[in-house]
Amino acid sequence: MFLTVLLQVAAGAAIGKIGAAFGAALAALAAAFGIGKIGQSTMESIARQPESAGNLRTGMIIAAGMIEGAALFAIIVCLLAIVL
Amino acid sequence: MKTLHYILVTVMLLLLPAVAARAEESEELDIPGVIFGHIGDDYEWHITDIGDRAIAIHLPVIVKSSTGWHVFSSSRIAHGHSYEGLHVAHEGKYEGKIVETLGGEDIRPFDISITKNVCSLILASLLMAILVLLTARWYRKHDVLTETPKGVAAFMEPLVMMIHDIARENIGEDNRRYSPFLCTAFLFILLNNFLGIIPFFPGGANLTGNIAVTMVLSGCTFLAVNLFGTKHYYKDILWPDVPAFLKPIMPVIEVFSALVKPISLTIRLFANMLAGHIMILSMVCIIFIMAKYGPVMFGSMSVVSVLFGLFLDLLECLVSFIQAYVFTMLSSIYIGLSRAHGE
Repeated sequence: MFLTVLLQVAAGAAIGKIGAAFGAALAALAAAFGIGKIGQSTMESIARQPESAGNLRTGMIIAAGMIEGAALFAIIVCLLAIVL
Repeated sequence: MKTLHYILVTVMLLLLPAVAARAEESEELDIPGVIFGHIGDDYEWHITDIGDRAIAIHLPVIVKSSTGWHVFSSSRIAHGHSYEGLHVAHEGKYEGKIVETLGGEDIRPFDISITKNVCSLILASLLMAILVLLTARWYRKHDVLTETPKGVAAFMEPLVMMIHDIARENIGEDNRRYSPFLCTAFLFILLNNFLGIIPFFPGGANLTGNIAVTMVLSGCTFLAVNLFGTKHYYKDILWPDVPAFLKPIMPVIEVFSALVKPISLTIRLFANMLAGHIMILSMVCIIFIMAKYGPVMFGSMSVVSVLFGLFLDLLECLVSFIQAYVFTMLSSIYIGLSRAHGE
Protein backbone atom coordinates (compact mmCIF):
# COMPACT_ATOMS: atom_id res chain seq x y z
CA MET A 1 0.00 0.00 0.00
CA PHE A 2 2.66 2.44 1.14
CA LEU A 3 4.94 1.08 -1.57
CA THR A 4 2.46 1.93 -4.33
CA VAL A 5 2.19 5.49 -3.05
CA LEU A 6 5.99 5.77 -3.02
CA LEU A 7 6.23 4.32 -6.52
CA GLN A 8 3.62 6.74 -7.80
CA VAL A 9 5.44 9.73 -6.35
CA ALA A 10 8.69 8.50 -7.85
CA ALA A 11 7.30 7.75 -11.26
CA GLY A 12 5.45 11.07 -11.53
CA ALA A 13 5.25 11.97 -15.16
CA ALA A 14 5.56 8.45 -16.56
CA ILE A 15 2.27 7.28 -15.06
CA GLY A 16 0.53 8.63 -18.16
CA LYS A 17 2.59 6.43 -20.43
CA ILE A 18 2.07 3.35 -18.28
CA GLY A 19 -1.66 4.03 -18.31
CA ALA A 20 -1.64 4.51 -22.07
CA ALA A 21 0.19 1.26 -22.72
CA PHE A 22 -2.12 -0.62 -20.34
CA GLY A 23 -5.17 0.91 -22.02
CA ALA A 24 -3.94 -0.10 -25.46
CA ALA A 25 -3.41 -3.66 -24.27
CA LEU A 26 -6.93 -3.75 -22.82
CA ALA A 27 -8.36 -2.42 -26.07
CA ALA A 28 -6.55 -5.08 -28.09
CA LEU A 29 -7.80 -7.73 -25.66
CA ALA A 30 -11.39 -6.54 -25.92
CA ALA A 31 -11.27 -6.32 -29.71
CA ALA A 32 -9.78 -9.80 -30.00
CA PHE A 33 -12.47 -11.20 -27.71
CA GLY A 34 -15.30 -9.53 -29.63
CA ILE A 35 -14.04 -10.44 -33.09
CA GLY A 36 -13.34 -13.97 -31.88
CA LYS A 37 -16.98 -14.36 -30.88
CA ILE A 38 -18.11 -13.09 -34.28
CA GLY A 39 -15.75 -15.47 -36.05
CA GLN A 40 -16.98 -18.37 -33.94
CA SER A 41 -20.65 -17.78 -34.69
CA THR A 42 -19.97 -17.18 -38.39
CA MET A 43 -18.00 -20.40 -38.68
CA GLU A 44 -20.74 -22.36 -36.94
CA SER A 45 -23.46 -20.83 -39.11
CA ILE A 46 -21.55 -21.52 -42.32
CA ALA A 47 -21.02 -25.09 -41.18
CA ARG A 48 -24.74 -25.47 -40.63
CA GLN A 49 -25.75 -23.89 -43.95
CA PRO A 50 -22.88 -23.66 -46.48
CA GLU A 51 -24.94 -21.99 -49.22
CA SER A 52 -25.37 -18.82 -47.16
CA ALA A 53 -21.61 -18.38 -46.76
CA GLY A 54 -21.55 -15.21 -48.90
CA ASN A 55 -24.13 -13.30 -46.86
CA LEU A 56 -22.64 -14.46 -43.59
CA ARG A 57 -19.14 -13.44 -44.64
CA THR A 58 -20.37 -9.94 -45.53
CA GLY A 59 -22.10 -9.57 -42.18
CA MET A 60 -19.02 -10.82 -40.37
CA ILE A 61 -16.75 -8.28 -42.08
CA ILE A 62 -19.15 -5.46 -41.24
CA ALA A 63 -19.49 -6.43 -37.58
CA ALA A 64 -15.73 -6.87 -37.28
CA GLY A 65 -15.26 -3.40 -38.78
CA MET A 66 -17.58 -1.85 -36.20
CA ILE A 67 -15.85 -3.60 -33.29
CA GLU A 68 -12.49 -2.51 -34.59
CA GLY A 69 -13.84 1.04 -34.69
CA ALA A 70 -14.67 0.86 -31.00
CA ALA A 71 -11.25 -0.59 -30.14
CA LEU A 72 -9.59 2.17 -32.13
CA PHE A 73 -11.45 4.86 -30.15
CA ALA A 74 -9.53 3.50 -27.17
CA ILE A 75 -6.25 3.41 -29.12
CA ILE A 76 -6.67 7.05 -30.12
CA VAL A 77 -7.26 8.05 -26.51
CA CYS A 78 -4.11 6.15 -25.50
CA LEU A 79 -2.12 7.90 -28.22
CA LEU A 80 -3.41 11.23 -26.95
CA ALA A 81 -2.38 10.27 -23.41
CA ILE A 82 1.17 9.61 -24.61
CA VAL A 83 1.51 12.61 -26.88
CA LEU A 84 -0.28 15.31 -24.90
CA MET B 1 19.67 -25.04 -60.26
CA LYS B 2 17.16 -24.91 -57.41
CA THR B 3 19.72 -26.28 -54.94
CA LEU B 4 22.15 -23.55 -56.00
CA HIS B 5 19.38 -20.99 -55.46
CA TYR B 6 18.69 -22.26 -51.94
CA ILE B 7 22.41 -22.30 -51.06
CA LEU B 8 22.86 -18.73 -52.29
CA VAL B 9 19.88 -17.43 -50.29
CA THR B 10 21.03 -19.18 -47.10
CA VAL B 11 24.57 -17.85 -47.45
CA MET B 12 23.27 -14.33 -48.01
CA LEU B 13 21.02 -14.52 -44.95
CA LEU B 14 23.93 -15.78 -42.85
CA LEU B 15 26.09 -12.90 -44.07
CA LEU B 16 23.58 -10.34 -42.78
CA PRO B 17 25.16 -10.17 -39.28
CA ALA B 18 28.57 -9.53 -40.89
CA VAL B 19 27.15 -6.57 -42.77
CA ALA B 20 25.53 -5.43 -39.54
CA ALA B 21 28.84 -5.54 -37.69
CA ARG B 22 30.19 -2.98 -40.15
CA ALA B 23 27.44 -0.46 -39.59
CA GLU B 24 28.66 1.04 -36.32
CA GLU B 25 27.39 4.59 -36.71
CA SER B 26 26.68 6.50 -33.55
CA GLU B 27 23.89 8.61 -35.00
CA GLU B 28 21.00 9.35 -32.70
CA LEU B 29 17.81 8.47 -34.50
CA ASP B 30 14.75 10.42 -33.46
CA ILE B 31 12.11 7.69 -33.78
CA PRO B 32 9.03 9.72 -32.82
CA GLY B 33 10.22 12.45 -35.19
CA VAL B 34 10.54 9.95 -38.06
CA ILE B 35 7.16 8.37 -37.40
CA PHE B 36 5.22 11.59 -36.91
CA GLY B 37 7.04 13.14 -39.84
CA HIS B 38 5.74 10.40 -42.10
CA ILE B 39 2.15 10.44 -40.87
CA GLY B 40 1.82 14.18 -40.41
CA ASP B 41 1.47 17.05 -42.83
CA ASP B 42 4.36 19.15 -44.09
CA TYR B 43 5.11 22.11 -46.33
CA GLU B 44 7.45 20.05 -48.52
CA TRP B 45 7.21 16.52 -49.91
CA HIS B 46 10.34 14.72 -48.74
CA ILE B 47 11.18 11.99 -51.27
CA THR B 48 14.48 10.54 -50.20
CA ASP B 49 17.93 11.25 -48.79
CA ILE B 50 20.95 10.76 -51.04
CA GLY B 51 23.95 10.66 -48.71
CA ASP B 52 23.57 13.85 -46.73
CA ARG B 53 21.36 15.76 -49.15
CA ALA B 54 17.61 15.56 -48.79
CA ILE B 55 15.64 15.41 -52.02
CA ALA B 56 12.31 17.06 -51.47
CA ILE B 57 9.69 18.86 -53.50
CA HIS B 58 9.13 22.28 -51.99
CA LEU B 59 5.45 23.02 -52.27
CA PRO B 60 4.02 26.54 -52.48
CA VAL B 61 3.07 28.41 -49.34
CA ILE B 62 -0.04 30.58 -49.69
CA VAL B 63 -0.65 32.67 -46.60
CA LYS B 64 -2.59 35.83 -45.71
CA SER B 65 -0.85 37.40 -42.75
CA SER B 66 -1.23 40.85 -41.20
CA THR B 67 0.88 42.26 -44.07
CA GLY B 68 -1.25 40.87 -46.85
CA TRP B 69 -1.03 37.82 -49.14
CA HIS B 70 2.26 35.93 -49.44
CA VAL B 71 2.86 33.22 -52.04
CA PHE B 72 6.29 31.63 -52.12
CA SER B 73 8.07 28.30 -52.29
CA SER B 74 8.51 26.56 -48.95
CA SER B 75 12.24 26.29 -49.63
CA ARG B 76 12.52 29.84 -48.31
CA ILE B 77 11.34 28.81 -44.85
CA ALA B 78 13.07 25.43 -44.73
CA HIS B 79 15.55 24.75 -41.91
CA GLY B 80 14.09 27.40 -39.64
CA HIS B 81 14.67 30.40 -41.91
CA SER B 82 12.29 33.30 -41.74
CA TYR B 83 10.81 34.99 -44.81
CA GLU B 84 8.64 38.11 -44.94
CA GLY B 85 7.92 37.79 -41.25
CA LEU B 86 6.78 34.18 -41.41
CA HIS B 87 8.55 31.13 -40.06
CA VAL B 88 7.76 27.56 -39.05
CA ALA B 89 7.23 27.20 -35.30
CA HIS B 90 9.46 24.59 -33.68
CA GLU B 91 7.60 23.91 -30.49
CA GLY B 92 4.42 24.75 -28.70
CA LYS B 93 0.86 24.65 -29.89
CA TYR B 94 1.66 25.42 -33.54
CA GLU B 95 4.64 23.11 -33.95
CA GLY B 96 5.45 22.46 -37.59
CA LYS B 97 3.10 25.16 -38.89
CA ILE B 98 3.76 28.62 -40.25
CA VAL B 99 3.35 31.38 -37.67
CA GLU B 100 4.13 35.06 -37.58
CA THR B 101 5.36 36.71 -34.41
CA LEU B 102 3.30 39.76 -33.51
CA GLY B 103 3.96 41.50 -30.20
CA GLY B 104 5.99 38.59 -28.84
CA GLU B 105 3.25 36.06 -29.51
CA ASP B 106 3.02 33.48 -32.29
CA ILE B 107 -0.23 33.68 -34.20
CA ARG B 108 -1.39 31.58 -37.11
CA PRO B 109 -2.16 33.55 -40.26
CA PHE B 110 -4.85 32.45 -42.71
CA ASP B 111 -3.03 29.52 -44.26
CA ILE B 112 -4.22 27.85 -47.48
CA SER B 113 -0.85 26.50 -48.57
CA ILE B 114 -0.48 23.50 -50.82
CA THR B 115 0.91 21.11 -48.24
CA LYS B 116 1.81 17.45 -48.74
CA ASN B 117 -1.71 16.31 -47.94
CA VAL B 118 -3.31 18.85 -50.27
CA CYS B 119 -0.93 17.87 -53.07
CA SER B 120 -1.72 14.19 -52.51
CA LEU B 121 -5.43 15.02 -52.48
CA ILE B 122 -5.12 16.76 -55.84
CA LEU B 123 -3.13 13.87 -57.31
CA ALA B 124 -5.59 11.27 -56.02
CA SER B 125 -8.55 13.24 -57.33
CA LEU B 126 -6.94 13.54 -60.77
CA LEU B 127 -6.24 9.81 -60.77
CA MET B 128 -9.82 9.07 -59.75
CA ALA B 129 -11.19 11.39 -62.43
CA ILE B 130 -9.04 9.68 -65.06
CA LEU B 131 -10.17 6.21 -63.97
CA VAL B 132 -13.85 7.12 -63.89
CA LEU B 133 -13.85 9.04 -67.15
CA LEU B 134 -12.02 6.27 -68.99
CA THR B 135 -14.61 3.81 -67.71
CA ALA B 136 -17.47 6.03 -68.82
CA ARG B 137 -15.82 6.39 -72.22
CA TRP B 138 -15.79 2.61 -72.67
CA TYR B 139 -19.46 2.38 -71.80
CA ARG B 140 -20.34 5.15 -74.25
CA LYS B 141 -18.54 3.46 -77.12
CA HIS B 142 -19.64 -0.14 -76.63
CA ASP B 143 -22.96 -1.87 -76.30
CA VAL B 144 -23.23 -3.26 -72.80
CA LEU B 145 -25.59 -6.07 -73.71
CA THR B 146 -23.29 -7.72 -76.25
CA GLU B 147 -19.73 -7.13 -74.99
CA THR B 148 -17.90 -7.58 -71.73
CA PRO B 149 -15.84 -4.63 -70.52
CA LYS B 150 -12.13 -4.56 -71.17
CA GLY B 151 -9.33 -2.53 -69.61
CA VAL B 152 -10.11 0.08 -66.97
CA ALA B 153 -13.85 -0.55 -67.28
CA ALA B 154 -13.29 -4.20 -66.36
CA PHE B 155 -11.47 -3.09 -63.20
CA MET B 156 -14.06 -0.53 -62.16
CA GLU B 157 -17.21 -2.48 -62.98
CA PRO B 158 -17.18 -4.91 -60.02
CA LEU B 159 -16.52 -2.06 -57.58
CA VAL B 160 -19.30 0.12 -58.96
CA MET B 161 -21.75 -2.80 -59.16
CA MET B 162 -20.94 -3.67 -55.53
CA ILE B 163 -21.77 -0.14 -54.40
CA HIS B 164 -24.92 -0.06 -56.52
CA ASP B 165 -26.04 -3.32 -54.90
CA ILE B 166 -25.39 -1.92 -51.43
CA ALA B 167 -27.33 1.22 -52.31
CA ARG B 168 -30.26 -0.72 -53.75
CA GLU B 169 -30.41 -3.01 -50.73
CA ASN B 170 -30.20 -0.31 -48.07
CA ILE B 171 -31.84 2.76 -49.58
CA GLY B 172 -34.74 1.24 -51.42
CA GLU B 173 -36.60 3.23 -54.02
CA ASP B 174 -34.56 6.35 -54.78
CA ASN B 175 -31.17 4.70 -54.58
CA ARG B 176 -30.19 6.06 -58.02
CA ARG B 177 -30.03 9.56 -56.54
CA TYR B 178 -27.52 8.54 -53.88
CA SER B 179 -25.37 6.13 -55.88
CA PRO B 180 -23.06 8.87 -57.24
CA PHE B 181 -22.25 10.06 -53.72
CA LEU B 182 -21.66 6.55 -52.41
CA CYS B 183 -19.51 5.51 -55.37
CA THR B 184 -17.44 8.68 -55.11
CA ALA B 185 -16.93 8.25 -51.38
CA PHE B 186 -15.95 4.61 -51.79
CA LEU B 187 -13.51 5.20 -54.63
CA PHE B 188 -12.02 8.25 -52.92
CA ILE B 189 -11.39 6.44 -49.65
CA LEU B 190 -10.11 3.29 -51.39
CA LEU B 191 -7.74 5.19 -53.66
CA ASN B 192 -6.35 7.37 -50.89
CA ASN B 193 -5.91 4.40 -48.56
CA PHE B 194 -3.95 2.52 -51.21
CA LEU B 195 -1.86 5.55 -52.12
CA GLY B 196 -1.00 5.98 -48.46
CA ILE B 197 0.52 2.50 -48.28
CA ILE B 198 2.82 3.02 -51.27
CA PRO B 199 6.13 4.17 -49.76
CA PHE B 200 7.52 6.23 -52.66
CA PHE B 201 6.68 9.41 -54.41
CA PRO B 202 3.14 9.78 -55.73
CA GLY B 203 1.93 7.77 -52.75
CA GLY B 204 3.07 7.87 -49.16
CA ALA B 205 1.08 10.89 -47.98
CA ASN B 206 -1.15 9.83 -45.14
CA LEU B 207 -4.34 11.52 -46.32
CA THR B 208 -7.12 9.37 -44.86
CA GLY B 209 -5.18 9.26 -41.59
CA ASN B 210 -5.82 12.98 -41.29
CA ILE B 211 -8.85 13.63 -39.14
CA ALA B 212 -9.77 16.78 -41.06
CA VAL B 213 -10.22 14.79 -44.28
CA THR B 214 -12.30 12.03 -42.70
CA MET B 215 -14.35 14.64 -40.87
CA VAL B 216 -15.24 16.29 -44.17
CA LEU B 217 -16.22 12.92 -45.64
CA SER B 218 -18.47 12.22 -42.65
CA GLY B 219 -19.81 15.75 -42.95
CA CYS B 220 -20.88 14.95 -46.51
CA THR B 221 -22.68 11.86 -45.23
CA PHE B 222 -24.30 13.94 -42.50
CA LEU B 223 -25.58 16.42 -45.09
CA ALA B 224 -26.77 13.63 -47.40
CA VAL B 225 -28.68 12.06 -44.52
CA ASN B 226 -30.19 15.11 -42.89
CA LEU B 227 -30.83 17.49 -45.79
CA PHE B 228 -33.02 14.97 -47.59
CA GLY B 229 -34.75 13.26 -44.68
CA THR B 230 -38.42 12.48 -45.08
CA LYS B 231 -41.05 13.89 -42.75
CA HIS B 232 -41.38 10.48 -41.13
CA TYR B 233 -37.67 10.53 -40.27
CA TYR B 234 -37.87 13.91 -38.55
CA LYS B 235 -41.07 12.98 -36.80
CA ASP B 236 -39.41 9.89 -35.38
CA ILE B 237 -36.56 11.98 -34.06
CA LEU B 238 -38.33 15.00 -32.70
CA TRP B 239 -41.71 13.78 -31.47
CA PRO B 240 -41.57 10.00 -31.44
CA ASP B 241 -44.38 7.59 -30.75
CA VAL B 242 -43.43 6.69 -27.19
CA PRO B 243 -45.12 6.77 -23.75
CA ALA B 244 -45.44 10.26 -22.28
CA PHE B 245 -42.73 9.92 -19.67
CA LEU B 246 -40.14 9.24 -22.40
CA LYS B 247 -41.22 12.10 -24.68
CA PRO B 248 -38.83 14.70 -23.21
CA ILE B 249 -35.65 12.63 -23.33
CA MET B 250 -36.07 10.62 -26.53
CA PRO B 251 -35.53 13.65 -28.84
CA VAL B 252 -32.33 14.47 -26.96
CA ILE B 253 -31.07 10.92 -27.35
CA GLU B 254 -32.07 10.82 -31.01
CA VAL B 255 -30.39 14.12 -31.87
CA PHE B 256 -27.28 13.04 -30.01
CA SER B 257 -27.29 9.77 -31.93
CA ALA B 258 -27.67 11.61 -35.24
CA LEU B 259 -24.56 13.62 -34.36
CA VAL B 260 -22.55 10.66 -33.06
CA LYS B 261 -23.00 8.61 -36.25
CA PRO B 262 -20.81 10.88 -38.43
CA ILE B 263 -18.31 11.22 -35.57
CA SER B 264 -17.97 7.45 -35.37
CA LEU B 265 -17.50 7.27 -39.15
CA THR B 266 -14.76 9.88 -38.85
CA ILE B 267 -12.89 8.20 -36.04
CA ARG B 268 -13.23 4.69 -37.42
CA LEU B 269 -11.58 5.54 -40.74
CA PHE B 270 -9.02 7.92 -39.21
CA ALA B 271 -7.93 5.59 -36.44
CA ASN B 272 -7.70 2.51 -38.66
CA MET B 273 -5.49 4.23 -41.20
CA LEU B 274 -3.37 6.04 -38.61
CA ALA B 275 -2.81 2.93 -36.51
CA GLY B 276 -1.86 0.91 -39.57
CA HIS B 277 0.70 3.46 -40.73
CA ILE B 278 2.21 3.82 -37.27
CA MET B 279 2.57 0.05 -36.97
CA ILE B 280 4.29 -0.31 -40.36
CA LEU B 281 6.64 2.60 -39.60
CA SER B 282 7.45 1.18 -36.15
CA MET B 283 8.27 -2.21 -37.66
CA VAL B 284 10.70 -0.62 -40.11
CA CYS B 285 12.20 1.62 -37.41
CA ILE B 286 13.04 -1.50 -35.37
CA ILE B 287 15.85 -2.11 -37.86
CA PHE B 288 17.38 1.27 -37.07
CA ILE B 289 16.92 0.91 -33.31
CA MET B 290 18.59 -2.49 -33.31
CA ALA B 291 21.65 -1.16 -35.15
CA LYS B 292 23.49 -0.42 -31.93
CA TYR B 293 22.73 -3.70 -30.20
CA GLY B 294 25.34 -5.80 -31.92
CA PRO B 295 25.41 -7.89 -35.08
CA VAL B 296 23.39 -10.87 -33.87
CA MET B 297 20.40 -8.82 -32.69
CA PHE B 298 20.68 -6.53 -35.70
CA GLY B 299 20.74 -9.33 -38.23
CA SER B 300 17.98 -11.43 -36.74
CA MET B 301 15.67 -8.51 -35.91
CA SER B 302 16.15 -7.16 -39.44
CA VAL B 303 14.85 -10.40 -40.92
CA VAL B 304 11.94 -10.40 -38.45
CA SER B 305 11.24 -6.75 -39.12
CA VAL B 306 11.17 -7.17 -42.89
CA LEU B 307 8.81 -10.14 -42.66
CA PHE B 308 6.51 -8.42 -40.18
CA GLY B 309 6.59 -5.23 -42.24
CA LEU B 310 5.54 -7.17 -45.32
CA PHE B 311 2.75 -8.86 -43.40
CA LEU B 312 1.53 -5.55 -42.03
CA ASP B 313 1.57 -3.99 -45.50
CA LEU B 314 -0.62 -6.79 -46.83
CA LEU B 315 -2.91 -6.44 -43.83
CA GLU B 316 -3.12 -2.70 -44.54
CA CYS B 317 -4.28 -3.46 -48.09
CA LEU B 318 -7.10 -5.58 -46.66
CA VAL B 319 -7.98 -2.99 -44.01
CA SER B 320 -8.03 -0.23 -46.66
CA PHE B 321 -10.64 -2.05 -48.66
CA ILE B 322 -12.68 -3.07 -45.61
CA GLN B 323 -12.71 0.46 -44.20
CA ALA B 324 -13.81 1.98 -47.52
CA TYR B 325 -16.53 -0.68 -47.77
CA VAL B 326 -17.72 -0.20 -44.18
CA PHE B 327 -17.82 3.60 -44.54
CA THR B 328 -19.89 3.36 -47.71
CA MET B 329 -22.17 0.72 -46.30
CA LEU B 330 -22.85 2.59 -43.08
CA SER B 331 -23.51 5.77 -45.08
CA SER B 332 -26.01 3.91 -47.23
CA ILE B 333 -27.71 2.47 -44.14
CA TYR B 334 -28.05 5.92 -42.58
CA ILE B 335 -29.38 7.34 -45.84
CA GLY B 336 -31.84 4.46 -46.08
CA LEU B 337 -33.04 5.13 -42.54
CA SER B 338 -33.54 8.80 -43.35
CA ARG B 339 -35.56 8.00 -46.47
CA ALA B 340 -37.93 5.71 -44.60
CA HIS B 341 -41.61 6.30 -45.25
CA GLY B 342 -44.28 5.38 -42.73
CA GLU B 343 -45.40 1.76 -42.48
